[in-house]
Amino acid sequence: MTSLFSEISPEPAADVPVRRITVTVNGQRRSADVEPRLLLAHLLRQAFRLTGTHTGCDTTNCGACTVLYDGQPVKSCTMLAVQADGHEVTTVEGLAGASELHPVQEGFRDEHGLQCGFCTPGMMLAAKALLDRNPDPTEDEVRWALSGNLCRCTGYQNIVKSVLWAADKMRGPDTGGGGDRHDEEQP
Amino acid sequence: MTLDEVKIGGLGASRKRVEDNRFIRGTGNYVDDIVLPDMLHMEILRSPLAHARITSIDTSKAWEIPGVHLVLTGEMMAARNLAWMPTLSYDTQAVLATDKVRFQGQEVACVIADDPYTAKDACEAIVVDYEPLAPIVNPEQALAPDAPLIRDDKEGQADNVIFDWEVGDREATERAFAEADHVSTLDLHYPRSHPSPIEACGSIADFDRSTSKLTVYMTTQAPHIIRAAVALVAELPEHMIRIISPDLGGGFGNKVPVYPGYVASILASILLERPVKWIEDKSGNLISTGFGRDVYLKGELALRKDGKILGVRMHTDSDHGAFFADAQPSKFKIGLMHSTFACYDVGAAHLTARGVYTNKAPGGVAYRCSFRVTEAMFFQERMVQAAADELGIDQAEIRRMNFVRDDDFPHRTPFGFLTDSGQYGKCLEVGLEAVGYADFARQKEEARRRGRLLGIGISTMTEPLGAGNSREYDILGIKMFDSAELRVHTSGKAILRTGAKTQGQGHETTWGQIVAHELGIPAEDIIVEEGDTDTAPFGMGTYASRSTPVAGAAVSMVARKIRAKARKLAAHLLEVSEEDIEWELGRFYVRSAPDRGVTIQECAMAAYTNVPDGMEPGLENTAYYDPPNLTWPFACYIATVEVDPETGVWDVLNLVAVDDCGVRINPMIVEGQIMGGLTEAFAMASMQFITFDADGNCVGSNYMDYLLPTAWETPGFELHEVVTPCPHHPIGAKGVGECATVGGPAAFVNAVMDAISHTGVRNIDMPLLPDRVYEALSTGRDVSGAPPVKTDES
Ligand code: FES
Ligand code: FES
Repeated sequence: MTSLFSEISPEPAADVPVRRITVTVNGQRRSADVEPRLLLAHLLRQAFRLTGTHTGCDTTNCGACTVLYDGQPVKSCTMLAVQADGHEVTTVEGLAGASELHPVQEGFRDEHGLQCGFCTPGMMLAAKALLDRNPDPTEDEVRWALSGNLCRCTGYQNIVKSVLWAADKMRGPDTGGGGDRHDEEQP
Repeated sequence: MTLDEVKIGGLGASRKRVEDNRFIRGTGNYVDDIVLPDMLHMEILRSPLAHARITSIDTSKAWEIPGVHLVLTGEMMAARNLAWMPTLSYDTQAVLATDKVRFQGQEVACVIADDPYTAKDACEAIVVDYEPLAPIVNPEQALAPDAPLIRDDKEGQADNVIFDWEVGDREATERAFAEADHVSTLDLHYPRSHPSPIEACGSIADFDRSTSKLTVYMTTQAPHIIRAAVALVAELPEHMIRIISPDLGGGFGNKVPVYPGYVASILASILLERPVKWIEDKSGNLISTGFGRDVYLKGELALRKDGKILGVRMHTDSDHGAFFADAQPSKFKIGLMHSTFACYDVGAAHLTARGVYTNKAPGGVAYRCSFRVTEAMFFQERMVQAAADELGIDQAEIRRMNFVRDDDFPHRTPFGFLTDSGQYGKCLEVGLEAVGYADFARQKEEARRRGRLLGIGISTMTEPLGAGNSREYDILGIKMFDSAELRVHTSGKAILRTGAKTQGQGHETTWGQIVAHELGIPAEDIIVEEGDTDTAPFGMGTYASRSTPVAGAAVSMVARKIRAKARKLAAHLLEVSEEDIEWELGRFYVRSAPDRGVTIQECAMAAYTNVPDGMEPGLENTAYYDPPNLTWPFACYIATVEVDPETGVWDVLNLVAVDDCGVRINPMIVEGQIMGGLTEAFAMASMQFITFDADGNCVGSNYMDYLLPTAWETPGFELHEVVTPCPHHPIGAKGVGECATVGGPAAFVNAVMDAISHTGVRNIDMPLLPDRVYEALSTGRDVSGAPPVKTDES
């Protein structure tokens, strides 16, 4: 299907090794022929046109490219597309249901957790991964869980609030804001 | 019945941001998200050396790689008269180096290929021979009499000085110093910092041979200025150039200059007749695009022994790198540096400023700052603290004593600016109260007895925002003003376009609020578009916190023009004369019969269906707003810190911010801007700087070496407000996006210096890294941060 980027290179050059991979992206099985050196971030952005995954640094530092890989947050700029073969990937486009926003998305909108929006998809996916394993995090736990994601606009305070808002919403009215405590590892 | 302004999203509503809908779904449209049919990709080969003569470039291996369409070198650019381009400061900058390279990371060649991987491969296949030259990495070296000439390309350039500039009253200042009881001096270095929006720069140039039209999607904060610059460089007429600045992943001043990558992608598209995309990688962005700061400040304050400031003297040497490439309002070579001491009542001041070339990337952009104000305010607040210490006066008291008083406005500053309003004393008192100033001294004493070092630092500052006016401010001769165009449709729904360009500031939300405030049309009925030169009215773009002061004012003014026409329509509909019509939010009514009225929406419909004889149909207009003056928001930031004497690590205990930015359009957004700004201030004070080794290698070319604070390090902030409306702004707003970045650093540094004041140390240059603080603590000496910081010999 594609060597690197489908829109520009439909036919791979004869001497470029390609490998067919199949990835479940946001619940949908998708296949592509890729060069082994192709990064997962580029597979998602260029071949699958899921441009919500941003690349800010290419060096695993900024977290803008964070996606969920079998439910775990990974930086897709530092994974090869071939490593995703047979795995499940969730991008920001897969966060919302058919009609509803994910509580993390609502939280970011409600608590002004974004400005330019460039770091936001990665932040939200890191936040979702945290809330999936720890539904009732403390502020410190949120800050620690997001410390692999850089934001230059917001100063983080509202991002932290957004995540706590989502946690509250996800726990629902019955839990009374309580729930089991899983301590995040901290330095 | 009057509309509830806050409910319809007018002034003062913390309206949720409309732009967030697309960003939280991942459907924003940033430059790198755009794909055009037949598009090619460009990568840049950069110089590994800071200063070297290019002896040869061999591109033959690159051309052989399948998928490569074009390899551009300086020589090929020169053949088309494009090797050099004008900068926004009347200098020239190499697009691709021909003669020599002048900083590490300078653009040497470009490859255009089917995809970026192939283009990168081909860049690596280019062989460049360099003959190294001695690099110059700071102003001292640049100004040495035997310094090698960096800009030997410029006729008549005999040394490395870009400008040598003077402002103020030298004699009056000398008299003030002669009368002084005490003179306080301080040498400071404000280190080089990179604004580093998470999204790097990029462009997609698309030249259409059939129409001769050039469309460029570009990460730019100032699309119209870029269009003018491209017209100059590409020798295309402006109406054949369309610059589109889509969603931007932050800007902070970094996306104002014209970069070689933009120009090279344009030439490539013209030559290949295909769209060419260039997306910079992060290290390219960090080593080659607009830096901020890098200024050496020498200051003297003349004081009476009771703390009254009689005069200020200041000399600055600023390092602009190899090309003077930032945007400068032309009259002020070092921006608004001379806004220093504007909030204090000072009799006399004199400033000399030199700008120099060095072998560093072009710097001097106003990084979240209006044209060097950050350095000016840092200087001011560090000087005031040093003076208070030396005279043994309380640091709050010395400020109180010297502030311009509320009834002294308009006030002429020592360098001639006119400030118009403010409650400086009140801001300070609110901050002192919030931080518990009176009690902190006692806590500090107690802690000291237990070996803990607490400190408190105050920074109070006023920032000149909203450049224009057009008499005094221009870029490349284009006067500084801004614009808005409002089209109200038949049903009263509207589209607003401005010459500004949001990069996260939330224009789509706040501009709608201004229109709602002026007309009573609900904000949700107004959509906002910016950043396309084919559709937006001519404007100067967004930087220097000028959006609300200038473009925001234009939005008000255009809405008022619409209201004026709607009033005529209302008179026609109500069959009375215009003089008998009264206005309340969203509605005109007959003065003598308030029940008889028409809504603004009904007037809009009439504009297209039922106009009086002789009236042009339609309800749309444009306003160009040339501000009568700058606006002067004021702020007070107070930090408390604890320094660990064993390690030099310091923690922020509390940061209280009191901002007076005039009337707040959207308080939620204002607070978001302040928190973002405070984080950048904390970053500069604590960790974020780019330095260079003695060979001119950039130390900090990726996020492992260029430290930015994460959610983990960033402290929480406590925000307060005071509101003094700006008297000359249509809705009384002053702008706020940068205040905290400008004023914040001194609060943190002053706090750390206060914590270690017993050692006699008077200054540690930013960032206050633990090793610098520890060095100060253990030696009792000031610590300079001027690069090169550490060389092998030291
Ligand atoms: S782009 Fe992957 S971490 Fe920055
Ligand atoms: S919102 Fe701009 S980088 Fe986070």
